[in-house]
Amino acid sequence: MSVSSESTPRGWWHRNQMRAAPWLFLAPGIAFFALYVIYPIFQSFNISFYRWDGLGEPVPVGFENYRQLLDDRAFYVSLRNNVRWLVLYLLAIPAGLFIALFLNQQVRGIRLYKSLFFFPFVISQVVVGLVFAWFYNPSIGLFNPLIGLFGFAPMNVLGNPSTVTYGIIAAGLWPQIAYCMILYLTGLNAVDPEQVEAARLDGARGWRMLWYVILPQLRPATFIAVVVTVIGALRSFDMISVMTNGGPFGSSRVLAYYMFEVSLSEYGFRMGYGAAIAVILFLIMLVYIAFFLWRMWREERGV
Amino acid sequence: MFPTPVERRSAAVQNTYKALLPLALILWLLPLLMVALFSIKPDSDFTQGNLWGLPSAFAGFDNYTRVFTDSAMPRYLLNSVFITVPTVIGAVALSCMTGFALGVYRFRSNIWIFFMFVAGNFVPFQILMVPVRDLTLNMGLYDTRLGLVLFHIAFQTGFCTLFMRNFIRALPRELIEAARVEGVSEIRIFWYVVLPLMRPAIAALSVLIFTFIWNDYFWAVVLTQGVETQPVTAGITAFNSQFRAAYHMMSAGSIIAALPPVMMFFLMQKHFIAGLTLGAVK
Repeated sequence: MSVSSESTPRGWWHRNQMRAAPWLFLAPGIAFFALYVIYPIFQSFNISFYRWDGLGEPVPVGFENYRQLLDDRAFYVSLRNNVRWLVLYLLAIPAGLFIALFLNQQVRGIRLYKSLFFFPFVISQVVVGLVFAWFYNPSIGLFNPLIGLFGFAPMNVLGNPSTVTYGIIAAGLWPQIAYCMILYLTGLNAVDPEQVEAARLDGARGWRMLWYVILPQLRPATFIAVVVTVIGALRSFDMISVMTNGGPFGSSRVLAYYMFEVSLSEYGFRMGYGAAIAVILFLIMLVYIAFFLWRMWREERGV
Repeated sequence: MFPTPVERRSAAVQNTYKALLPLALILWLLPLLMVALFSIKPDSDFTQGNLWGLPSAFAGFDNYTRVFTDSAMPRYLLNSVFITVPTVIGAVALSCMTGFALGVYRFRSNIWIFFMFVAGNFVPFQILMVPVRDLTLNMGLYDTRLGLVLFHIAFQTGFCTLFMRNFIRALPRELIEAARVEGVSEIRIFWYVVLPLMRPAIAALSVLIFTFIWNDYFWAVVLTQGVETQPVTAGITAFNSQFRAAYHMMSAGSIIAALPPVMMFFLMQKHFIAGLTLGAVK
């Protein structure tokens, strides 16, 4: 090996490149990210203390926007719907696991089946929303004839304030289940076959096998499934916008949608109020972000 | 394997399983199949109440042709391409560098910068909406594709950095150490040693980001308006008001709008799933 370069002094770059190189590589990424993601978060916090229509001079109002939120019925409706989304969306995880178990076989053509079960995930939420809106549509949709087979009376899922949110969540679950399914299929692929056989010899089967042998090995897949599902639930916007525009009577709004409506729609450009709603949504999300980072930090230290 | 492979079960179980598979698939894709059926029906089927039966005549060709000739759909699709492709290139290029920096070098703030990217990637869009729209307006880029692309690149860099950094961490360090001993400069190590090894990660990330950006709706609505700039996800609403209640046309339009990422997925399946399930296996 040559050691000739070791002691010969060359330019500044050559002497300092180990310290300078990471910053050189990081600079463009950090600049972009700081400008478009990090700084705007703080700006939104700031804007939430102003009354501002997006054009004129912002008027400082202190905590007025937050105080108004407390008396805003639409805010509570949105918050309650967010909780529904969060809770029901988590059903995607067991449902995805169930389908993954169903498809984890090696019969002919199973690869194609797996792909076809998965591909709703790559369709845009806008189109999924449209497809389900037509599916539910009382005059042309298949939904009513379908539930009619089981003796249910026809209903207008998206036109009824008490069913509309569930209808949209069901549409949202469709791609999310596909996502969880693919995570679990990958996880099942990596399950240690020797452990499974050993457990079989010990008489473990069915649910007991699943619970005590398989699920512990699927932990990493479950973790990712929880993270992406929670984030997905709190990000729900596209479907609500496409399927109902938050209606009927605002009953299918969530915070993400209500914020958009307040800041950028015909109801007026109330940027400060919108920012306050966004801050609340951000704080809810922050719990999960902190949890995720904490897990990662533990793992990093373990390495 | 779990559950028990069906080949080890009785013939009855095997046959039931094989019969259940297509049934389950049809049920699973039912809403989509309905729309696919609508898209090949002639207008008259809807007025005569022949909704779910076989089409009275095959009108698929006409319907899909009309999507391209009678509407602004081609323009929207083109806009989507001009928004998606530069974003993929930009975000992947930036994150190759950030991922390299965070994956290879040890320095004190490394983990904090990494966490900044990860945390930012999870942030709700709404907390960025007002300032980013304002920033784009001030730069004179509101209602331009460039304005949308710049934001997408910046935001996707968060997820891409997480991905690339973890990928590079898993590469053998000896290669880099060996190159350093030989006196290869850090920039050349990046270009000639690490980058070639990152090809699978670049492929996986490209198809993922392509899908994410093609399917974006929120930012398209916030940062653009009108036919000149909006991508197809936003354009489909205009398309649907043009063909109000013409379900055969709206169905054909939706399928066209959804198709590019679906094709991308089927063509690049291995990379797509490898990217999506990163970390699902220890």
